[in-house]
Amino acid sequence: MRYIEPHAHMVSRVTDDYQDMVAAGCAAICEPAFWAGFDRSSPAGFYDYFCQLTEHEPRRAAKFGLPHYCWLCINPKESEDVLLATEVIGLIPKFLGRPNVLGIGEIGLNKNSRNELKVLELHVDLAARHNQLILVHTPHLEDKFKGTRLILDVLRSDPRIRPERCIIDHVEEHTIRMVLDAGFWAGMTLYPETKCTGARSVDMIEQYGSDRLWMNSACDWGVSVPLAVPYAALEMRRRGQSPDQVDKMIYQNPLKFLSQSPNFMSHCK
Amino acid sequence: MNRQQLLDLYFLEARSKLIDLAAFFDRLDRAEGQADFRLNALTRALDELRRPDAARAEHVLLNLSDPTVEPIPAATTKAACGAWPAKS
Repeated sequence: MRYIEPHAHMVSRVTDDYQDMVAAGCAAICEPAFWAGFDRSSPAGFYDYFCQLTEHEPRRAAKFGLPHYCWLCINPKESEDVLLATEVIGLIPKFLGRPNVLGIGEIGLNKNSRNELKVLELHVDLAARHNQLILVHTPHLEDKFKGTRLILDVLRSDPRIRPERCIIDHVEEHTIRMVLDAGFWAGMTLYPETKCTGARSVDMIEQYGSDRLWMNSACDWGVSVPLAVPYAALEMRRRGQSPDQVDKMIYQNPLKFLSQSPNFMSHCK
Repeated sequence: MNRQQLLDLYFLEARSKLIDLAAFFDRLDRAEGQADFRLNALTRALDELRRPDAARAEHVLLNLSDPTVEPIPAATTKAACGAWPAKS
């Protein structure tokens, strides 16, 4: 089995996780910029984080033979302070030329506030001006349905944005249809308690097909499972899906979307 | 997969989750003090299990969701609790 982990926060994980993922067939890992679990106090904190994502973490992954890529942004959880967010967004262009950067993400909304929406629009504008792929975080739990609708409104209102170059992550049964119907890619995040289980992800594949869809672990510093994608692949096999169907879901689909970035896996194209 | 195969695959897991949920409600009944909107939300969402169509998961999620469309004035917390208070 081979797979691409399209969403993992490896700065929060131990090296044993890298080893386990490679042993399970992971061929590449992609790390969106994320909230650290506490608010960074200045743009300088984000500068250091972007250096970590573009310099240190790729070296750490390389020790296990694993290509590491990243997405850059200020996470929606820190978007209430628009001045801070504006300054951080101003730092990003100087990092976009680095070889492991795939695009702008994970941007989006957290509590669906007016300021979060303003910062989302700033990120979308940044991506459009620099022709970058977009990875979108949708809010948690009771905020997801409303936030997904607001996010789709923002993306659809900008004529520069092409849906096939955006992935809307963390979809569940009540949001997947609106995302796919609007032409965007959708990500299913496999969490033990919140978001989506492996069995439910296979339900959605059976209902909506496997086009423009991927699965990820989004493993971070919270309750999460770095091997969630290969475990979901096992669930697909238990449900009677063929090895080719599994390969499409966990390898070919992320490869297809991410290859829209010239930086991604050039040796696999 | 047909229904028999799905029952073979998932029945015991579903049974276990159902008993866990029943035990959770029992635990709440035995405890003292006031509950909050989350208990009402969970109880109300249970009704969706009796829907006649194959959209129960979607409707449980919708039942626990904020149905409004306007952005809130400001985020005063980062966390989500799993149910929308204003619906209860």
